[in-house]
Amino acid sequence: MLLTADDLQAIGLTLRLAGIVTLILLIIGTPIAWWLARTHHWLKGPIGAVVALPLVLPPSVLGFYLLLAMGPHGFIGQFTQMLNIGLLPFTFWGLVIASVFYSLPFMVQPLQTAFETIGERPLEVAATLRASPLDAFFTVVVPLALPGFLTAMILTFAHTVGEFGVVLMIGGNLPEETRVVSVQIYDHVEAMEYADAHRLSAVMLLFSFMVLLVLYAWRPNNKKVAAI
Amino acid sequence: MRFLFAVLFVFSTAAQAETIQVAVAANFTAPMNRIIENFTRATGHTVKTAFGATGKFYAQIKNGAPFDILLAADNETPAKLEAEELTQAGSRFTYAIGTLVLWSADATFITDGAEVLNRNQFNKLAIANPKTAPYGAAALQVMKQLQVEQLLAPKLVQGESITQAYQFISSGNAELGFIALSQVFKEGKVANGSAWIVPAELHNPIRQDAVILKHGKDNAAAMALMEYLQSESARAIIREYGYQF
Repeated sequence: MLLTADDLQAIGLTLRLAGIVTLILLIIGTPIAWWLARTHHWLKGPIGAVVALPLVLPPSVLGFYLLLAMGPHGFIGQFTQMLNIGLLPFTFWGLVIASVFYSLPFMVQPLQTAFETIGERPLEVAATLRASPLDAFFTVVVPLALPGFLTAMILTFAHTVGEFGVVLMIGGNLPEETRVVSVQIYDHVEAMEYADAHRLSAVMLLFSFMVLLVLYAWRPNNKKVAAI
Repeated sequence: MRFLFAVLFVFSTAAQAETIQVAVAANFTAPMNRIIENFTRATGHTVKTAFGATGKFYAQIKNGAPFDILLAADNETPAKLEAEELTQAGSRFTYAIGTLVLWSADATFITDGAEVLNRNQFNKLAIANPKTAPYGAAALQVMKQLQVEQLLAPKLVQGESITQAYQFISSGNAELGFIALSQVFKEGKVANGSAWIVPAELHNPIRQDAVILKHGKDNAAAMALMEYLQSESARAIIREYGYQF
């Protein structure tokens, strides 16, 4: 076997993390994107900016403040202690929550664009056919925005797989809990185990390329749907 | 006219005063800053520093990073660089021997030394990654010596360096942890929280070696700094941060 047992474990953990984060963000990112796409409220600008913050903030900043916020003196930490679930740093679910923050724009922004492209017209038509707003969303918007959903999910998944700084700051390097692939590669490099680092990096490279290939191969389709 | 004098002055001093780049182990940050201040005042040479993990510096140096000197956190990395002929032969020496400390941000947490480990009344104990950080490896040896390794294994969290281990502890996410004494030592005592200074016989000495790299070969300023590090005034500072010789 080319990869060590630890490497495989890290890959499994990374895929689990990215899968769960994508699912959670699909659920909370969709209403945010929908609201941002349709509202004229004065909060649209500020909330859109907050959603985009992780694109600009260095992961070290985000990770450090998450570490403080999730700690015993931070507001998230006090909340989780009140609920008797202890502290989140150094746990898998701590990583999930951090990644949800970190990958939020990668879900919301493609969805928002997709929703904006659909416009008012299909919804007005659906309303004249007596479809309830929720009904219209699932029968009209979702199919029309499907390429947008796929783009958003692929980007969120891929971005979470590629996450490093935040995990390093709050992870604690625990096997099967927080030692994801990016951290494992970093460890190999630091320990001067370059051969191991090369192998695992090659896996990452191949994976990333495949993901982006799928994404870009979809693009023309995406445009066609948008044009309709 | 004044400008011309200023320019002339800069160029005339530049003849003797040089600028060197030094890669410094993170644990040596505080003493190094003070040593450089004195060194620059005494010699006129400018020292630019990069603080970080020794393993990362190794990778960078191997790939042509323009460092003139490496102050490592261990003695293996400089020896390895020497074997690979990336250093100035014969320049390697031990500039400090590190001291390990068990530290908590809570001033009442560590009152009876190692007993706190046996009592085991905490959720997380932070160490630096033992695979890559000498202070992390020493922490593991200590726990083995005290026969609490098995007991505490489920509670260990690892920082990528002692800097990060310190962050985990100071933010309260880990109640205590093993770090370098230099990180919490000021003016001859542990500045805050509570601590147990680990007796040196519980682990292999953390020898921190310095070496002149190929990039700094025969550089007068680099040699001057290496000499200065062994001077009594530099050693007094190094000792103040809890290092031995």
